[in-house]
Amino acid sequence: MSPTSTTATQPLRASAPIATGRNGEMRPSALAFLLLLWLSLFVAFAVLITLLITIFLTGQNKLSTALLFNFPSADPDEAGARPAILGSVWAIGATAVMTLPLGIAAAVHLEEFADRKRWFNRFIELNVQNLAAVPSIVYGLLALAFLSMLGVTNKNIVIGGAFALTLLILPVIIIATREALRAVPREIRDGSLALGATQWQTTWRQVLPASVPGIATGSILALSRALGEAAPLLVLGALVYITFDPNGLLSGYTTLPIQIFNWTGRPQEGFHELAGATSILLLAVLILMNALAIFIRNKFQKRW
Amino acid sequence: MSTPTGSAATATHTNFHAAETRRLAATPSGLIRCEDVNVYYGEFRAVTGVNLEFGRNEITALIGPSGCGKSTLLRSLNRMNDLVDGARVEGTVLFQDEDIYAKAVDPIEVRRRIGMVFQKPNPFPKSIYDNIAYGPRVTGMKVDNMDDLVEEALTRSALWGEVKDKLKQSAFGLSGGQQQRLCIARTIAVQPDVILMDEPCSALDPIATSRIEDLMHELRKDYTIIIVTHNMQQAARVADRTAFFTALADESTGDRTGVLVEYDLTRNIFEQPQDQRTEDYISGRFG
Amino acid sequence: MTAIIERRGGPASGRAPAPASSFAGRRRPGEFLIKLALRLAAAVTVVTTVGILIALLIPSLSFFAEVPVLEFLFGTRWAPRFADASFGVLPLVTATLWTTLIALLVAVPFGLGAATLLAEYARPRVRKVLKPLLEILAGIPTVVYGFFALQFVQGTVLRDWLHLPTGAFSVLAAGLVMGVMIIPTIASIAEDAMSAVPQALRQGSAALGANRMQTTLRVVFPAALSGIVAAVVLGISRAVGETMIVAIAAGNQAQLVTNPLDQGQTMTGFIANAALGDSRVGSLEYNTLFAVGLLLFLITLLINFISIRFVRRFREAY
Repeated sequence: MSPTSTTATQPLRASAPIATGRNGEMRPSALAFLLLLWLSLFVAFAVLITLLITIFLTGQNKLSTALLFNFPSADPDEAGARPAILGSVWAIGATAVMTLPLGIAAAVHLEEFADRKRWFNRFIELNVQNLAAVPSIVYGLLALAFLSMLGVTNKNIVIGGAFALTLLILPVIIIATREALRAVPREIRDGSLALGATQWQTTWRQVLPASVPGIATGSILALSRALGEAAPLLVLGALVYITFDPNGLLSGYTTLPIQIFNWTGRPQEGFHELAGATSILLLAVLILMNALAIFIRNKFQKRW
Repeated sequence: MSTPTGSAATATHTNFHAAETRRLAATPSGLIRCEDVNVYYGEFRAVTGVNLEFGRNEITALIGPSGCGKSTLLRSLNRMNDLVDGARVEGTVLFQDEDIYAKAVDPIEVRRRIGMVFQKPNPFPKSIYDNIAYGPRVTGMKVDNMDDLVEEALTRSALWGEVKDKLKQSAFGLSGGQQQRLCIARTIAVQPDVILMDEPCSALDPIATSRIEDLMHELRKDYTIIIVTHNMQQAARVADRTAFFTALADESTGDRTGVLVEYDLTRNIFEQPQDQRTEDYISGRFG
Repeated sequence: MTAIIERRGGPASGRAPAPASSFAGRRRPGEFLIKLALRLAAAVTVVTTVGILIALLIPSLSFFAEVPVLEFLFGTRWAPRFADASFGVLPLVTATLWTTLIALLVAVPFGLGAATLLAEYARPRVRKVLKPLLEILAGIPTVVYGFFALQFVQGTVLRDWLHLPTGAFSVLAAGLVMGVMIIPTIASIAEDAMSAVPQALRQGSAALGANRMQTTLRVVFPAALSGIVAAVVLGISRAVGETMIVAIAAGNQAQLVTNPLDQGQTMTGFIANAALGDSRVGSLEYNTLFAVGLLLFLITLLINFISIRFVRRFREAY
């Protein structure tokens, strides 16, 4: 049936049926790919579960009130993490008092008042992003140098550690607060300004109150990160034997992560059990903090 | 009054009730005046060479196709454009013979005196009461009794009856039309002289729209109102005077800039437009 | 209608015209101070960076007055505390490289795999559950990871179960666990990048008869490439800067690592361990901490800049 002209087009074939009985999504290669993807997720969760189980198994024997109330001791059966618990409370408390006002104020300036076009302000933004990625131990070195400059000999004091932690999580607080501020729609600001309010009045009375849930969530998460930090504090000499209750900003102290590090390094199995138990305690506190943050976000976050 | 021409009459089946019952001067006595106003966003000129005088205690409508700078011009009247990066106003905007862009002028105060209602109702995430009380509080008004002020503002906005039992509830619980009347109420609460309205009914249904239009007639007794609308019939229903804008294309860049074509009593614009472009727009040939 | 409040403002109400008021407005000194305070708060971030640089540089300069830079950078023996001291940093750097590389071998495939699953295959409800669960991995304190690496991975798995020729510590154990810790970092950014690829591209590919795997590999990955690269680079940065896992599990002996089953000391591990001893301020030992710290900081600075540029590129693309 082909035409006779030399520039003939292809003769029409009967089209291949489309009911092939196969499914392109189910080709072996595609299935293998999907399997690999699920495997990735599975491995990640498997390791997580293994970690939690091993920690629990190691530490369960030592989960008792002794852990909470006793001081460290050379005898693993007598030792407890009391100074570490109190020390963590002091350190995180002092950190919160310093970093939250500073971080929120800086974020408000960058988000609401700074002229975005000026190069200096873009430089500050870049700087904050960079600080967020600096290794935590460098903040310890910074605190070490600063305290040396001030002539402080015993650097293992609450305020020293809090100083390092404050600067460590400051960029995180700034970034999270800026996101919360950005989520407030422009119309709210416009409405306030059109009534004759100043920019500060608008920020203080409309934007900040509306972004409190987001700021609270971000702050709690940042503080929970500070709670788990050990490296900067090590540099300040935190790995000492503390047998008293930390009781002030200038007091010696230790924290839960440092105590875990301490006990992990000892040879006796009893201390490893203590490390495991303290890990469980630390994880429990972190879970509570994260749950609180998520609860605040879900309950109070405004849907515009 | 001569019989309206065919096309103009069919395009605007309205009553000019408002304009008929008030004896308006042929030219307005300007509370706000624009003298050769050009508004730029960076290098782009959004509005070119506007000369316009808005009458005291009148409702003036700015109409025209989209993209011809009506909202831009409106926002220049209360210095809201200051908040846009790169926005610049050349020429003079006079309020009671004072240049509002002069150096000694506080833009915050300008915005109190010249209020604005936006296209999409934007109540604050606070109670109805606090929405109204916000303006007086932040502008430092001396208030003997805030409750009375709130009630007065809501009454003037034809909203009091509907919300008087739920003043402490969130403003977000109101319907769209109610929210817009709330926005009008809170604007009134700071005692402006002028109320600018940027397409205030475009997000509302017809019933809510007509309630707001009725409200505008009431408000005109105490305030000067300037409204941007892309709804010609609305302009014909509410406005004493109407200004028609269009967009001119710049040959070199292809950018379109807004220009004022014609400004007259509403009746004249709709029945005896002087400019062909006005007639084309009114009769629906374009826009 | 009664005007209850004393009316301010001009004569727009139709009464007899009063003299025009000016727009002088109120003076607001309090606000000026507040805005100044906010600006100072933002400036603290700059001060911090400058502070870090100064804090690292000054002792380092003293250090390099005693130890030649080339010996530091290229020497192969790191023994700063010995009587016959040697300050060649290569052992620390190679140990860091080993742990980072092993960590990436774990984190990149699994992280990208998880990201692909969440971005391309999972239904929104499944995603809502899985994504936060993955974030849990990021929330576990690194000291707990270190404990796990030492006790379980090194002790139980590598020694007891697999009977590998390894001692109490190894670079492998530390690297593996570090890799798991970094999975959420890579997964989160890569998933953002892939989700940002417009649906229109996927639909175009599907309309041509490609299955989801082909679309993912041939369309989404290339489109999200800069974001994926940013994710990996950020993962590298985290691996290089991580301290506790290596301090606990990788070992304390600074040696040129050739076999991952050996122990080794990374840059961060050195700083953490050396700080435990008593170093007099201003002594060579003290300055050594900062010299290594400076090297660490510069390396991560470089990596971070690269990452930020890639992130910017992928954010701008859409």
